[in-house]
Amino acid sequence: MKFKLIASISKSLLLARWKQTLVAAVGVTFSITMFIGLLSFMSGLNDLLDGLIINRTPHIRLYNEISPSKIQPIDKSYNYGNSYNFIRSIKPKNKLLEIRNNAAVIKTLQNDVRVLGIAPKITAQVFYNVGTIDLTGVINGIDVEEENRLFKFKDYVVEGNYIDLKNIPNSIILGKGAAEKMLTNIGDIIQITTAKGERLQLKVVGYFQSGIQDIDKVQSYTSIATTQKLLGESNSYITDIQIKLKDIVLAPALAKEYAGLFEVDAIDIQTANSQFETGSSVRTLISYAVGITLLIVAGFGIYNILNMMIYEKMDSIAILKATGFSGADVNKIFITIALSIGIFGGLLGLLFGFGLSALIDQIPFNTAALPTVKTYPINYNPKFYMVGGIFSIITTYFAGYLPSRKASKIDPVIIIRGK
Amino acid sequence: MSDVILEGVKINKYFYDPVKMQVLKEVDISIKKSEFVSITGKSGCGKSTLLYILSTMDTDYEGKLLIDGIEMRGKKERELARVRNEKIGFVFQFHYLLNEFSVIRNVMLPGLKLGKLSEKEVEAVAYEKLKILGIESEALKKPNQLSGGQKQRVAIARALINNPIIIMGDEPTGNLDKKNSEIVFNIFKELAEVYHQSLLIVTHDNEFAARTHRIIEMEDGKVIN
Repeated sequence: MKFKLIASISKSLLLARWKQTLVAAVGVTFSITMFIGLLSFMSGLNDLLDGLIINRTPHIRLYNEISPSKIQPIDKSYNYGNSYNFIRSIKPKNKLLEIRNNAAVIKTLQNDVRVLGIAPKITAQVFYNVGTIDLTGVINGIDVEEENRLFKFKDYVVEGNYIDLKNIPNSIILGKGAAEKMLTNIGDIIQITTAKGERLQLKVVGYFQSGIQDIDKVQSYTSIATTQKLLGESNSYITDIQIKLKDIVLAPALAKEYAGLFEVDAIDIQTANSQFETGSSVRTLISYAVGITLLIVAGFGIYNILNMMIYEKMDSIAILKATGFSGADVNKIFITIALSIGIFGGLLGLLFGFGLSALIDQIPFNTAALPTVKTYPINYNPKFYMVGGIFSIITTYFAGYLPSRKASKIDPVIIIRGK
Repeated sequence: MSDVILEGVKINKYFYDPVKMQVLKEVDISIKKSEFVSITGKSGCGKSTLLYILSTMDTDYEGKLLIDGIEMRGKKERELARVRNEKIGFVFQFHYLLNEFSVIRNVMLPGLKLGKLSEKEVEAVAYEKLKILGIESEALKKPNQLSGGQKQRVAIARALINNPIIIMGDEPTGNLDKKNSEIVFNIFKELAEVYHQSLLIVTHDNEFAARTHRIIEMEDGKVIN
């Protein structure tokens, strides 16, 4: 009852100056629209850029670094074990790249509840033979199905079918840059030479484009079995184990744990790609700053209009107070006015913001670097809408606070006697 | 004693701007139930100031103020607003109607604020009051469509809505022509005599004052008669 009365007074005051009210509401609408549009776009772009790395990078990679043994024979000697031994020109031992006992390692990892999936991998240095010229390259032997499940391999195969890699023996998916250099087409046979001098002929079943040109010029993919054959190794030979976790946050801790447990080198995604996280958070910060600035400007608009309204309605406020409305009631009336501008403008802003995002989402965006992206990326995160809505209400509340307080303090005697 | 509804004891009031000046000097005043009292005096003698103190709107004074036997000093702003809402009806020189609302709504506002009756009941009371004042046919118009005299009658209806124990008027006929002044005066008289409504009217119109039950004359911040 009480609120209904206050609401009806607020409403009539609002409608009496509906043009100004509209301008104020449009200000809020505009700023919320831009806030939503900006954040959705910025965040979409962030996700895209992060995805470039994060989707394709294992959360933890187990591998063996080529490095000399930390414990040299002299350290084990009874006579010199306690001394500080200087040894020059130590060379690493051969065969260190292989992860020993990898079947057991994989089995342990598969039983670990924190692990989402595992994809074994072999990397091998090769030369692509083009006529008389040899191009250096890297071949990744992958478990095709797991690689696709965990790292969206399919998305980066721009031509040909990724599963052919598994189904066709001795097949290869070439990096797009490498394929262009070699002038091959799908179905062609290419010849490669391994670092040890072995030659092998492989059938091209597709092209691969990662978006990072330097990688596309050298990298290619084959199945694990093909790479093992290429290297002349047994079918237990694996150089990398890629792990995807259920919770990416655990990666640094688990990397340490696995490195100790399996006696291998382990690197987590946060360490390997720390620059991306920094970039994302700074971009998000900038978008929030711009959005909030817009809202504050809209808030000043509301402040002005309410102030003007109070000067105009001085008589009405005086008579309301004379006939028994308390200062708190008058305060509520003007806060209600401010909040209705905020809620109405904010809601429209959220709608338009969604519209703006949807519009940006339709704008074509073709770039060679990003084969899977056809339009500008947008992140429709409900969080932005919530933040936008809450901010619109908070800013309008504060914009209305001072004028309302002023209105509530108006002394009716001064107004009425002044006539 | 019980039929004294408004009493002011030794009321002093100062203005500080530009220099300290005493406007009211030890004013004693008491109004009984169903009395029709007028306060007269020259311009600047403090009669309006006294009215605003008696109405609880001005709280910056010395002395005692009792409305309906209750001390007003020390009450909070919210409580005073409640007293004005429930026990005092106002008519000013200027009508102060809200142009955004219809006539009936303007009359209803203080009643809705009081919240003792439902909206429907308040509306019925408002029509009743408008009928007493003979303007029920204008109920749905906006105030700016009415004549000056009609507006003032609406303002009186608004003052009556909560059946206040006293109606206070600050030069209620000051802005009206002879004919409308006469109408308004007759309304006041009718209210006092037929409905036993207490009235306290500030006026400088001696003719108006002469026809009320009691005249309080003021000069230089003192009651002289």
